[in-house]
Amino acid sequence: MSARDPRERRPWTFYALASLMGLFLLFLYGPMLVIYLLSFQGPDGGVTFPMVGSSTFWFEEILRPGQMANIPAAFGRSLLLAAIVSLLTVLISVAAGMGFRRRFPGSGVLFYLAVASLVMPSLLVGFGIGLGFQLFGWEPGLFTSALAAQLTWTLPFGLFAMFAVFNRFNRAYEEAATDLGASAWQRLRHVTLPILLPGILGVAMGAFTLSYDEYARTTLVAGNRNTLPLEIYALISSATSPTLFAIGTLTTAVSFLVIGATLALVIRLQRRRAAAAR
Amino acid sequence: MSITQPAEGIAVTPRPRRRRRLRLSPQLVSLLQVGPLGIILIAFFALPTLIFLVVSFYDYDRVGIYPDFLLDNYRDLLTTPATLRVYLSSLKFAFIVWGITLFLGFNIAYFLVFHVRSRMVRTVLFLLCAIPFWTSGIIRTIAWIPFLGRNGAFNQALMQVHLTEKPLEFLLFSPFAVCVTYVHLFTLLMIGPIANSLAKIDPALLEAARDAGASRWRTMADVVIPLSKTGIALGSILVFTQVMGDFFVVKQMSGGQSASIVSALATEIQAMQYPPAAAASMVLVLFVALMVAGMMRVVDVRKELVR
Repeated sequence: MSARDPRERRPWTFYALASLMGLFLLFLYGPMLVIYLLSFQGPDGGVTFPMVGSSTFWFEEILRPGQMANIPAAFGRSLLLAAIVSLLTVLISVAAGMGFRRRFPGSGVLFYLAVASLVMPSLLVGFGIGLGFQLFGWEPGLFTSALAAQLTWTLPFGLFAMFAVFNRFNRAYEEAATDLGASAWQRLRHVTLPILLPGILGVAMGAFTLSYDEYARTTLVAGNRNTLPLEIYALISSATSPTLFAIGTLTTAVSFLVIGATLALVIRLQRRRAAAAR
Repeated sequence: MSITQPAEGIAVTPRPRRRRRLRLSPQLVSLLQVGPLGIILIAFFALPTLIFLVVSFYDYDRVGIYPDFLLDNYRDLLTTPATLRVYLSSLKFAFIVWGITLFLGFNIAYFLVFHVRSRMVRTVLFLLCAIPFWTSGIIRTIAWIPFLGRNGAFNQALMQVHLTEKPLEFLLFSPFAVCVTYVHLFTLLMIGPIANSLAKIDPALLEAARDAGASRWRTMADVVIPLSKTGIALGSILVFTQVMGDFFVVKQMSGGQSASIVSALATEIQAMQYPPAAAASMVLVLFVALMVAGMMRVVDVRKELVR
C-alpha cells in the first residue's frame, strides 16, 4: 500500500463499507451467539428465549446415559479421524505443492482433477466410494472409506493453499543453500520447511477443521460407527431440547481451540523471525 | 516475508568429496512428489465417478443391481417433471445467493484491501470473517432456528421496538431462511478469492486513474473490476457449486417447501435404488461441470494459482 497521510480525510465510501463490514460481522456471529447463550438455558427452559435461569444442565445431559450415549464416543472418533486426515493432508499436499513448481507430464490433468474433486457435489463422492466398496465386496469403515472420502476434499484444499504459500516463497533461499553446499535433504529440512512452516500449520488446521465438521462426504461411507457431525445430524430431527445447542457450543469450542492454538503458534513463529531479522 | 534466522546446519563446510548418488531428473522428482496426491485422487475420486457412470446403465430391482446397458434410468429421470422443477429451484437459489454473496464479498474484500490501512487490523478483520468457516456447517445452519423462529430472537427484537405487532411467519422454514443460511455459510468463499485478486492490484493504478480525472465509479468499472475478474470467477465457481451440491440446508431450512437436487438423490440412495441415483448423479455432475467450464473460460484459473 502506498504511503498515505494518515490524517487524510476518509471518503464517504469508507464509512459506507465499514458499516457494511460491521453489519456482516453481526450477521455472521449473531445467530451463533444465540445458540451459545441458549445452551446455558435453565433446566426448565426451552429452545427459544426467554432464558429461564441459567445452568449447565444441558451440558451434563450429554454425559448422562440415554439418548446421548453415542456422543462422547463419536466425539473421540471425530478427533482421531481429523488428526489422521490433517497429518496425511500436510504430508501429501506439501510434497505435491513442491512437485507443481515444475511443469511435469500430466500436471494439467492432475490440476483439473483436483479442481473437479473440490467442486464435486459432496454427497456424490461418498456415493461413488460407497458403490465401489460394495462392488469389490469391502466393508465401508471410518478409517478406510470415510478417510478416503474426506481426503478428496482436504487434499485439493491443501494443494491450493500450498500454491498460495509457494507464491510468496522466495526461491533465492534455496539457491543460496545449494550454493553453500547443502544437500537436497538439508535444504529441505533447514531452509524450505522452516520458511513454509506458518503456511503448513495453516494447512494442518484447515484440514483438521474440515474433517472434524465434515458431513456430506462421510455420511454414506462411515460404516457402522458415526462421527460427531453424523450424530448431531441424527439428533436434529429427534431432539427438541437445548442439549443440541450444548453439543453445538462444545464442538464449536473445540474448533475455536484448534484455530486459536494454531494462530498463537503462527504469531509466535513470526515474532521470533522478526526478532531474529533485526 | 522477512528473512528467517539462519538455521544451523547450512553453513557446514562443503564436503570435500560429493558422495555418488542416484541422480533423478527434475521431472521425475516432481512426479514422485505429486504421486501420492495423484493416486488418492484417481482411486477415490476419478474411479468412483467412473463406477457410478457404469452403474447408471445397470438394471435393478428390490433385491440388487444387475450389470446391463440400459438407458431407462436416464430416460425416466429426464422425462419426470420433478427433475426440471428441482433443477429450476436449485438454480433459483444459486443465482440469488450468487448475487448476494458477490455483492457482499466484493465490497468487503474491497474494504479490507483498499480502506483498512493497518495490516494488523486487516488481518484481524479477515480472520473474523474466516473463523466461522472453520466451524461446523450443521451447527451454523441450526443456529438460525432459534434466531429466526416464530418466538425467535429476531421476532422478539422486532416486537420490542414495535416494528411489528405479530411475529413474522416467513422468516423460518421458507425459501428466505434457505437463502439467509447459504449467504451465512458461503460468503467467505467469495471474500477470499476476490481479496486475493484485489491485493495484487498496484494502488498506483488507482491513483493514476484518479489523477487522470476518472470518477470513483469509472475507476471501479474500468480498473478495479477488470483486474479482479479472476477472483470474482473463482468465488462464483465455489459458491455456485456449493449451492448446487447442497442437500442439508434446503432440507433443514425450507420446512419441506423445496427440495434440492441432491436431497432428491439421497432419498433414492437410501432406498438402495443405486442405478437411478447414479444416473441422477451423472446428470448433476455434467451440469455442474458445464457451468464450471463456462466460468473457467473467463479466466485461466491455473495461471492464477500456480506460478
